Amino acid sequence: MTATLRKPAPRQDKTPAEPGIAAALPEAVRKLHPRHQLRSPVMVVVWAGSALVTVFAVTGPSVFTIAVAAWLWSTVLFANLAEAVAEGRGKAQAESLRRTKEDAVARLASGDVVPGTELKIGDLVVVEAGEVIPGDGDVVEGIATVDESAITGESAPVIRESGGDRCAVTGGTTVLSDRIVVRITTRPGESFVDRMIALVEGAERQKTPNEIALTILLSTLTIIFLLAVVALQPFAIYSGGEQSVVVLTALLVCLIPTTIGALLSAIGIAGMDRLVRRNVLATSGKAVEAAGDIDTLLLDKTGTITWGNRHATEFIPVGTTSHETLVAAARLASLADDTPEGRSILELAGGEPADEHEKTGEFVPFTAQTRMSGIDLDGRVVRKGAASAFELTDPAREVVDGISAQGGTPLVVAENGRVLGVVRLSDVVKPGMKERFAELRAMGIRTVMVTGDNPLTAKAIAAEAGVDDFLAEAKPEDKMALIRKEQEGGRLVAMTGDGTNDAPALAQADVGVAMNTGTSAAKEAGNMVDLDSDPTKLIEIVEIGKQLLITRGALTTFSVANDLAKYFAILPAMFAAIYPALDRLNVMHLATPQSAILSAVIFNALVIVALIPLALRGVRYRPSSASALLRRNLLIYGLGGVVTPFAGIWLIDLFVRLIPGIG
Amino acid sequence: MPPLAAGLLQVGILFAALAVAYRPLGDHMARVYTAKGHLGLERAVYRFARIDPEAEQKWSTYAYGVLGFSFVGIVFLYIVQRLQSLLPFDFDRGNVGPGMAFNTAISFVANTNWQSYVPEVVMGHAVQMIGLTVQNFVSAAVGLAVAVALVRGFVRHQTDRLGNFWVDLTRGTVRILLPIAFIGAVVLVALGVTMSLESGVDVDGQVVANAPVASQEVIKAFGTNGGGVLNANSAHPFENPNEWTNLVEVFLILVVPVALTRTFGRLVGTAKQGHVLLGVMGVIWSAMLAVIWAAEANGVRPLEGKELRFGIPGSAIFADATTGTSTGAVNSLHDSYTGLGGGAAMLNMLFGEMTPGGVGTGLYGILVMAVIAMFLAGLMVGRTPEYLGKKLGRREVTAAAVSILAMPTVLLVGAGIAAVLPGTPAALNNPGEHGLSEILYAYASASNNNGSAFAGITATSDWFQSSLGLCMLFGRFVPMIAVLALAGSLAAQKKVPVTAGTLPTTGPLFATLLTGAIVLVAALTFVPALALGPIAEALL
Repeated sequence: MTATLRKPAPRQDKTPAEPGIAAALPEAVRKLHPRHQLRSPVMVVVWAGSALVTVFAVTGPSVFTIAVAAWLWSTVLFANLAEAVAEGRGKAQAESLRRTKEDAVARLASGDVVPGTELKIGDLVVVEAGEVIPGDGDVVEGIATVDESAITGESAPVIRESGGDRCAVTGGTTVLSDRIVVRITTRPGESFVDRMIALVEGAERQKTPNEIALTILLSTLTIIFLLAVVALQPFAIYSGGEQSVVVLTALLVCLIPTTIGALLSAIGIAGMDRLVRRNVLATSGKAVEAAGDIDTLLLDKTGTITWGNRHATEFIPVGTTSHETLVAAARLASLADDTPEGRSILELAGGEPADEHEKTGEFVPFTAQTRMSGIDLDGRVVRKGAASAFELTDPAREVVDGISAQGGTPLVVAENGRVLGVVRLSDVVKPGMKERFAELRAMGIRTVMVTGDNPLTAKAIAAEAGVDDFLAEAKPEDKMALIRKEQEGGRLVAMTGDGTNDAPALAQADVGVAMNTGTSAAKEAGNMVDLDSDPTKLIEIVEIGKQLLITRGALTTFSVANDLAKYFAILPAMFAAIYPALDRLNVMHLATPQSAILSAVIFNALVIVALIPLALRGVRYRPSSASALLRRNLLIYGLGGVVTPFAGIWLIDLFVRLIPGIG
Repeated sequence: MPPLAAGLLQVGILFAALAVAYRPLGDHMARVYTAKGHLGLERAVYRFARIDPEAEQKWSTYAYGVLGFSFVGIVFLYIVQRLQSLLPFDFDRGNVGPGMAFNTAISFVANTNWQSYVPEVVMGHAVQMIGLTVQNFVSAAVGLAVAVALVRGFVRHQTDRLGNFWVDLTRGTVRILLPIAFIGAVVLVALGVTMSLESGVDVDGQVVANAPVASQEVIKAFGTNGGGVLNANSAHPFENPNEWTNLVEVFLILVVPVALTRTFGRLVGTAKQGHVLLGVMGVIWSAMLAVIWAAEANGVRPLEGKELRFGIPGSAIFADATTGTSTGAVNSLHDSYTGLGGGAAMLNMLFGEMTPGGVGTGLYGILVMAVIAMFLAGLMVGRTPEYLGKKLGRREVTAAAVSILAMPTVLLVGAGIAAVLPGTPAALNNPGEHGLSEILYAYASASNNNGSAFAGITATSDWFQSSLGLCMLFGRFVPMIAVLALAGSLAAQKKVPVTAGTLPTTGPLFATLLTGAIVLVAALTFVPALALGPIAEALL
């Protein structure tokens, strides 16, 4: 398993062009149909209010009434716009995903040729070099190199072979060499990619549990304000200042949480979109939300926390060989070796690059047959390679066994067939891991390192990496038991996995991220697939989940906090005629009652547009304690929500007052 | 002593007395609702009523108990009022009319004690003692029971059982309310409150109405009931003869709701969880006291409607205590308060009676608000919201929302209709903005089960009797059912462990959040209405 450590290639090439707000406008207008508002009780009320005011604008037109009607419709339009922009971005993502699964023709093992869309689970399909794999499945026969760049953006081909953990193939990828037989494991239209397309397009987006709860809260606020505004009319009549329906509707729309009501679905779609941009496919929005709640993170040691046994840490000469001789030979053998092992040996040997003379030597690359690499220079044959590639005698064998016993990997160095010594390759923790785990700890997430190492080695690495706990000598059953134990304590567990034997644990975990390089069984069992097969991605997924909730919470707070200023704008405008003393509440010195009310309505509509970028991008999230997060968000969105509309309404009024018939 | 110093001294004594009672009473109540054994008297009650005290109930069964018991109470109270002439000690006051009996029956069962009648003219001692006073005890015990059931919802996990309503009701009455009422009554008699079965007493040749006052006075305050046996309530020298009785009554009004935060802390295992709720209650209550006091001290006619025995501080403290809890007893005429002072008393009720609120109702009221606040806060820290180890999802938010919606709904609908009814202006003492304050106050008082009267409204018409009656009914029992449903869905959950990612609910940040939520919800809901009443009046 030396090929698992490639760095995921950046995917800028796959990021679609940003569809702008203007492009989404036609779709926003189309969504003015009331059917589209039903998802949001808040927007239903705004729609009904707009329709009501329109009736008055038509039957008794005045500049004020027409302006209010226009801006109320704009409020609905802007909400649609937010959703349309989010969906537009999702559609662009979906388009690039869809390109991966151009309808392929499937050649069944029986010889029949059927369209890819008519495949059934269990069908055996033959795919040869140059052909596109017609559906998701497992290789059951043969070995081939496959170009998966359409899905992963990674240009280097990967090897897919029957049996083992590298048997899964994805529909839409292309076989470059050889011939394989694939057993189809998903129905056409139900593959991971298909589900993800549906999710990012927003078509089949179901509300997540937290979103439903929030919608209930927003509906409650809407009912409260509906009551407050409806009851205001009799109080106004009693006080001798009956209000027009237009003014009351304007007040109502300003008070109900339109900001969050308008942006809620855009936030959800954008959250999925952010996930896709990071090359993660999720089966449901619920899984993304659950990621934000994770208490315990199970991380495989090798490949996730450490580089694996790939760093040279010691030169051990054997027999009469001097330390210097061994170092020089090891350096020579690694000069042309670009693997992490080779580079680390070079580094440990002093880091001197090849000089002109050395460059004349003949470099011998690593092959699976020889299992060694090196250089032929001036008649010297210098090699380094796996212990099994050499015939070892006793002092060398002892050293090799000793290194293996300690959990390291020995690399034997020989010159002209004579073993000079051994290089110890040790497990080295990836840089920055300690800091990431500290961040996770601050977020309240406990990290558990899972490794097959013995407890002693595991403990040392755990301490070095700064994980909270470790599971040593772990078998798949142990992983499962650990997840169960955590869940019984009420914790939510996330893990990554790729092998078939990871599947039960992936299914049991609350968030199971399968690596794209893994088996179909693993991918089916998990609720997310990472196309880059980068296990540390889990940390980003957690952040995306949290960011999704934070954005909703922050905008709700902002929306409600806005109401204070709107009261100061509208109530004096409505009632200063009856009780002149109430004009003292007109702290913004708005010009006339009409300009005050209209300015509040306009602010209410424009703030939606202003916040669309935030809804799509998500509120900035930095891992920190819950208290620090709450304090920060309360300050920005709570206090900011109180202050902003005072400035905004005041500013808008400066323009509105210039309109004849209003100012 | 100058009034300011005297007032501060009273506040100091009050706070000190509450501080002394806090732990013992709070701990006692916690033990009462967790104890395993039963007292002899309780066993007798269970045997007589054929109750299995060991059988625990689901939230719905518990709620049926609450509703059934209260319904029977309403029917019984209605009948005894309607048949008063058949009872002893009726002093020929006759049967109570149907509208008034309906309103009064609901009023006392709903722990409101809104009184549309003049006690010494309408009610005899028998109806007082076997009817109204009994409800003063048991309605308070029902409030305690529902609060305890909600707390059990937080404490328990993976169960559908919330305890036994009949046991909680009996224990609350027998072990908490009765003993303290007995001691309190003796103290009040010693301080000069009257106690007599006569209908009146001869004072310098003039017959002044009298009653068994002390025994009723103590539970009126202690059970946050508020219904006086004499019309002038705690302004009457027989009910509240001097500054000391005034202070004792204020203490009795506040002590159970305050000590319940200790009980809560004990039951959930962290005293600090209770302290933070008490802190929020205390900050809002003190702020409102400052407003009422300052407004009255600077009023145009500061002593109008107030007893000289108590002065401005004694009146302000009482007004703040009676409206901040759902008591509703009065020692001064709130109708005579300034726009700001009267508005603050009204706002105290509009907070939803949770600062510190009524017996039991205050605790569950503030916990429901905490659920809402923590829902929003949870989102803002990026986790599925939770409070006290329980997740706040669709069911919990729905229950909390229903509980919070009930009061503004009945209040605004009732007051809205009343404002435009043709008969209303005639029922009001004042026109204009103060008249609207009188309407709003009446419906705020009924819907929040406070029962205090602005006293500027004659609420004896069929409309007022029935609409205020329904406000009291729905304002009491809709939240109770919702709270029990909330308790049920909380108890069914697993307990979420506390991690570094858990938002702590014991510190000043949570206190600020909760205070903000309470104030903001009330303000956003009622500012439009208040603008035409107290706010317009205060800005004049």
